[in-house]
Amino acid sequence: MAAADAYITGIGQSEIGVRLRRAPLLLTLDAVREALTEAGLTIGQIDGVSTYPGRAAAYLGFSPIGADELIDALGIRARWYCGGLEISSQLGAVVAAAMAVRTGQARHVLCYRTVYEAAAMARPDEYPPMRRETVDGYSQWFTPFNAFSAANWTAQYAMRHVKRFGLTREQLAQIALIDRANAMRNPRALVREPLTMEQYLAARMISTPLCLFDCDRYSDASTVLIVSAGNALDEVACTPIRIAAMAGTVERHSWDQAEWMACYATGADLWKQTDYKPADVDTVQLYDGFSFQALAWLEALGFCGLGEGGKFIEGGRRIALDGELPLNTFGGQIGAGRLHGFGFAHEGVLQLRGRGGERQIPGDPRLAVCTSGGGPLATALLLARD
Amino acid sequence: MAAPRVLPRLDSDNRFFWTSGAAGELRLLRCQDCGTFIHPPRPVCRHCLSEKVAPEAVAGTGIVDTFTVNYQEWRPGLEVPYVIARVAIDGAPGVYLTTNIVGCPVDAVQIGDRVRVKFEQQGEVFLPLFEKFA
Repeated sequence: MAAADAYITGIGQSEIGVRLRRAPLLLTLDAVREALTEAGLTIGQIDGVSTYPGRAAAYLGFSPIGADELIDALGIRARWYCGGLEISSQLGAVVAAAMAVRTGQARHVLCYRTVYEAAAMARPDEYPPMRRETVDGYSQWFTPFNAFSAANWTAQYAMRHVKRFGLTREQLAQIALIDRANAMRNPRALVREPLTMEQYLAARMISTPLCLFDCDRYSDASTVLIVSAGNALDEVACTPIRIAAMAGTVERHSWDQAEWMACYATGADLWKQTDYKPADVDTVQLYDGFSFQALAWLEALGFCGLGEGGKFIEGGRRIALDGELPLNTFGGQIGAGRLHGFGFAHEGVLQLRGRGGERQIPGDPRLAVCTSGGGPLATALLLARD
Repeated sequence: MAAPRVLPRLDSDNRFFWTSGAAGELRLLRCQDCGTFIHPPRPVCRHCLSEKVAPEAVAGTGIVDTFTVNYQEWRPGLEVPYVIARVAIDGAPGVYLTTNIVGCPVDAVQIGDRVRVKFEQQGEVFLPLFEKFA
């Protein structure tokens, strides 16, 4: 096992809730503890930290814990760390960590994403909401037109699929239906109630064609992934999962100037870095902050052609837990909660280790694609159990 | 009373864009060397890196590239539903504006609709909204 390879070793996750009272640093600690225990590592063996997006001072609920704060709070002796928003979406933090261990900057990098948006909204005195009298930067091209949310921006890409390729609501519904069905088998999932097609079709619209059930919702949680160097695996107790390929691209960061979401370029780039093919993949864990993003990722990664996503998931059999390409087996963000990107890699590792419990996919899965982002930013990881 | 729009903060890069409606014109930044239109406006051409860029008036018409009807009341007092659209601007290849389509029922907007600018003034800012025309 060469030092040149990077592996995900320990994984951990806090409880997932809304309006949790437990402090975000302690939710992060819960996830760190679980990951260390699983990997058989101690905090003293962690020598790197990587996160997205770092402490978001203007909107603390979005990201309350910075890398430097975590290093200080847990007494981590870090040789290398990074945290920032200007990276190819959430799992870009894992890409950075993989490059760090591959170049000898660190041996075990603790990667984390902590979200506290639901608690922050409930406690505005502690976590003041973002106040904007005026907008600048990219926001000025959307907010003055009351296009406040990524729901509005994503909906416009989805509408193009509706009009150009005939994507139907019944087809798009399969993402939310599968998510919610899988979440029922995930003891930690935020939403553990079934969703029927009838309920989906009757739901109120948020931004056409996206309805309420096409959107994730604010959650409080922390997810940790430890990225370890290939020559440090003798220190690790759990089955290491190799990062077989990784890709991250940015389209034009102005959403409205980009012809396609960045997932398309990223998906194509991923397969250029490996001999594996889409047909080799056992499960996909695809970003679904909005359901349409997961559908676009299926096209982007070559599981079907551009515009064929709706037909590909029609009826839901293919992407079900026991289908040929199980999707978002933990419930995705729509079912499990808005873990913001890291939940997909966490689940990919869990499934490849056969640790999925009630939601474990059948067979002997060895290869998973896990993604984050989808709008102007996108990251894809190909994970392999050798 | 509808909730007021959140307005852009004017600076040396964007002021011409947000105030050009005072003259009844839609203006976009254009490279004076290679002819590329540059949006969002910045003092350099993203095609040839020339700094010779200047605002130029365009026809103010365009085509709905895609759209969505927003139903969510994101802020108190926001009047819903309304149409958010991405409009391809005539005469400025590659430039799109996110905007609102006004002056028609929300279910009357389709991809491919021809639209023209209709400015909405708020203080010194003229927001380029669009309406359908035959």
